[in-house]
Amino acid sequence: MKSNFKNLLTKGLIKENPVFVLMLGLCSVLAVSVSVVNALGMTLAFTFVTILSEITISILRKWIPKSLRIPIFIVVIASFVTILQFLLQAYLPSLNKALGIFIPLIVVNCIIIGRIESFASKKPVFESILDGLGISLGYGIAIVCIAIVREILGNGTILGFPILGSSYEPALMFILPPGAFLVIGIEIGIMNHITKKASRKGVAR
Amino acid sequence: MSLVNILIQTIFSQNFIFMRFLGLCPFFGLTNDMDSSIGMGGAVTFVTVMASVVSYFVYYFVLIPFGVEYLQTIAFILTIAVFVQLVEIYLKKMIPNLYKVMGIYLPLITTNCMILGVTLINIQEGYSLLETIFFAFGSSVGFTLAMVLMTAVRIRMGDSNIPAFFKGAPIVFIAASFIAIAFMGLQGLGG
Repeated sequence: MKSNFKNLLTKGLIKENPVFVLMLGLCSVLAVSVSVVNALGMTLAFTFVTILSEITISILRKWIPKSLRIPIFIVVIASFVTILQFLLQAYLPSLNKALGIFIPLIVVNCIIIGRIESFASKKPVFESILDGLGISLGYGIAIVCIAIVREILGNGTILGFPILGSSYEPALMFILPPGAFLVIGIEIGIMNHITKKASRKGVAR
Repeated sequence: MSLVNILIQTIFSQNFIFMRFLGLCPFFGLTNDMDSSIGMGGAVTFVTVMASVVSYFVYYFVLIPFGVEYLQTIAFILTIAVFVQLVEIYLKKMIPNLYKVMGIYLPLITTNCMILGVTLINIQEGYSLLETIFFAFGSSVGFTLAMVLMTAVRIRMGDSNIPAFFKGAPIVFIAASFIAIAFMGLQGLGG
């Protein structure tokens, strides 16, 4: 049972990473990964909505009629996103401004609907919380990986601190949209390469 | 902003896929053959324009009079979901042939983030009804253009010998990156 819980937490990291492997929720990942601070903020926002909606759906799962489930899921997610918008406006207005339209767009993030449909609507509350945490961790790792590369190459800084020295001329392209596509493409390539190597080793054994 | 400028901006210099990163799921998922990408483009155009008009009325004639503007996200996503459902029922009854072609894409449209994005940007920018229609139409044309370009590139890529490292998803992203660089060249077009 314990290993089952651990598996719930860790499967989102690599094996079922929502971004690099399943390729869901790409819009927010590519748009927000301009800087590491934004990426971390987006991860927090995503975690908030995912876990709370998974808990709610998991509690209500016995009373949700099958034919109406998708609209109900969307309304639950949208309510938590609206709460999140209020919280951000009140306590973190600068982050709210930086993330802009991608906060309300969490509503149509396919990762959350997918997890609710395939997990939270069938499983008890505690497991749903773990699942939400695991999937948010995977999302966060992916978005931060992309943001680190983009911020270092495109701005010469990390979390706002210059690390490449003043002689480094920032490659502006990495901050702009084409850089996002390029970085995620290469990172997925690296990821595939590693997992393929690992599975080949497994076969040889 | 003039209406022509809105069109040029949304199609080219502020293209929703390459510049604003909205609507990427169908862009990477459905660009394997020309028929489905054009079908998706058409369906999205229809729903975006209609949903933008309806959400314009919902916002200015329902949400504002009742003082509940903060409900816009919930109201708009419900509008889109209801609208997609209506389109589905209408097509099923009235134009079964078109329904067969578009059928599988219709449910996918609800969670296309471009449509919710367009309706939200319309309100954010304070567009009038006419500007809303042009903005919605232009952005869906830009979406369709991006879909068609990507499909053409992917069909050509099918015949080429790609290094093992880049096979599958990575090469698609990198191709998208190069198309995006080309679109960067149009920056500043349309004011």
